[in-house]
Amino acid sequence: MSKDKFTILESTCVPLPLENVDTDQIIPARFLSATSREGFGDNLFRDWRYDHNGNPNRDFNLNNPRYTGKVLVAGKNFGSGSSREHAVWAIYDYGFRAVVSSFFADIFRNNCLNNGLLPIVVPDKFLKDLLSLIERKPGTEVRIDLENQLFTILPTARSVSFDINSYKKECLMKGLDDIDYLLSLRNEIVSFEALKK
Amino acid sequence: MEPKTLFDKIWDSHVVRSIEYGPDVLFIDQHYIHEVTSPQAFNGLKERGIQVFRPERTLATADHNIPTINQHLPISDELSRKQVEKLAENCRTHGIELFGLNHPKNGIVHVIGPELGYTRPGMTIVCGDSHTSTHGAFGAIAFGIGTSEVEMVLATQCILQPKPKKMRIKVNGTLQKGVTAKDVIMYIISQLSTGGATGYFVEYSGTAITSMSMEARMTVCNMSIEMGARGGLIAPDEVTYRYLKALPEIAETFDWAPLILNWRELNSDPGAVFDRELEFNADHIKPMITFGTNPGMGIAIDDAIPTLDDIDGERSTSFMKSLDYMGFVPGMKLLGHPVGYVFLGSCTNGRIQDLRAFAQLVRGRKKAPGVTALIVPGSKLVEQQAIKEGLVEILEKAGFELRQPGCSSCLAMNEDKIPAGQYAVSTSNRNFEGRQGPGARTLLASPLTAAAAAVTGVITDPRELID
Repeated sequence: MSKDKFTILESTCVPLPLENVDTDQIIPARFLSATSREGFGDNLFRDWRYDHNGNPNRDFNLNNPRYTGKVLVAGKNFGSGSSREHAVWAIYDYGFRAVVSSFFADIFRNNCLNNGLLPIVVPDKFLKDLLSLIERKPGTEVRIDLENQLFTILPTARSVSFDINSYKKECLMKGLDDIDYLLSLRNEIVSFEALKK
Repeated sequence: MEPKTLFDKIWDSHVVRSIEYGPDVLFIDQHYIHEVTSPQAFNGLKERGIQVFRPERTLATADHNIPTINQHLPISDELSRKQVEKLAENCRTHGIELFGLNHPKNGIVHVIGPELGYTRPGMTIVCGDSHTSTHGAFGAIAFGIGTSEVEMVLATQCILQPKPKKMRIKVNGTLQKGVTAKDVIMYIISQLSTGGATGYFVEYSGTAITSMSMEARMTVCNMSIEMGARGGLIAPDEVTYRYLKALPEIAETFDWAPLILNWRELNSDPGAVFDRELEFNADHIKPMITFGTNPGMGIAIDDAIPTLDDIDGERSTSFMKSLDYMGFVPGMKLLGHPVGYVFLGSCTNGRIQDLRAFAQLVRGRKKAPGVTALIVPGSKLVEQQAIKEGLVEILEKAGFELRQPGCSSCLAMNEDKIPAGQYAVSTSNRNFEGRQGPGARTLLASPLTAAAAAVTGVITDPRELID
């Protein structure tokens, strides 16, 4: 089944300058009882975004009106812990289309790629500079060019290239789905099973 | 022939096809599913109008979102009830075996898979749960996946997966009195940090590992993900074969001799190359406890929390945020700190050996006043065994009661929540903010350390309470 295509994204950013943000913070377990993929964005970062009375925490960057955009920029080792794909659904449902960090947890990164959310790994120093630039100038726009694997901070024209395997890149650019691909291999899988026995 | 690692041997024999500059198409021998991460995958199959490809390679249980008392009553939370019902409906539709709530084989997915003999050496195993690494204890490649990947496996019995790098961690030496498998893995994670093994699949070896029981090996492999590893595995040996042959569920199912002959090939060849190798000495490992909000923030129980001088500048914000959440300060000692809750259970430490260790320490003692203890067996079989061995009687005499099986307070999806601000010594695997309930403060530790806290009401070195 086709998904949204990702080619070029220009957007402002929301900074989250914390390390080791785990998927329990992204979407706490008590919101995992739903049986559909929709609506998780309301509870994205729930316990950081709202106090225990349900009022928005002013200190949290998602509640800061100066920070908007489709790109989340987060500290090192983002998405560790639980394999819950709900974390990616929540980030996507909230409106983000890319997450930038210097390091992602493996399962989270796979989950991103399977849902059209682009995880971009940039060097530590670049990330640090980007976070402080966004904090100084909240309207800073960035440009993500998936085809050329280039992340650019537009006002300064500072660029960095990022890695993505070419299969996943093609899937994202064309909005293709892994399952369609695997289903096309069913005969090959049946032969493999026979051989294995 | 070029020497191969154990991991390569299993992985390579399951590759259906390799995509150039892309992931491998990996065949999956055993797929475990549960109520929380599967419904959206089944919805996907429905939208495509397809059935589960190999239902006989799929096993389902309800564990994450179920109560651990009064399991015979309908689940009171409506969303949770519907989710558990949805699993049953999906299993019926697709002909998948379900050990659901109240089934005599029900339990935590990573406890029942091994104890019922579904997990065996040389297999590839996945589940929509990061602690799937547990099954690596049998010499299997087992790792956690997301729901899109659950759908892939349901649809084709295959998954698209880039091959990870390989790391070997050797632990030689002898564990000291009061030091358990939980302390070993918590020590390793404290050395590597919470992301230190990301991108790697870990093979554990060395005398301290090979002298462990299967239950202890599962505890070690279980927490591989807590240092970021895709999974962890241990080469099968006599301990593994003995364990499997003794399982009543499969004892008569297999012709063991030829199977074991094949399994003897499942080890890393001399000279096999790992991307990274580490070695630790078990003699130096003490009972461990965490002080922060990720499993890498662990110390020996008699040590002090690091000071800011020990933390490099860029990490100090996250470090202080973590300590603020826990109500601790840099440099403080944890011994003697009051504890209101104790949790024994989870896929890390909810097996019979863990209940035995806890019971051994509390035997002849009394639960400290003011401590609330949640003692949760990992499965119905563990529960039955604990009754049979008289562990429940020991626990009850000491003022504890056994709940019914489930994931319970490990992730607190059900009512088993630790109240905000309270400290809990927990045998589970994650001390993230709010993991055991909003505002809850988790201190990860072994079953012995949990028992020591339960009878004293404060953080206590278990070595002081055992002979």
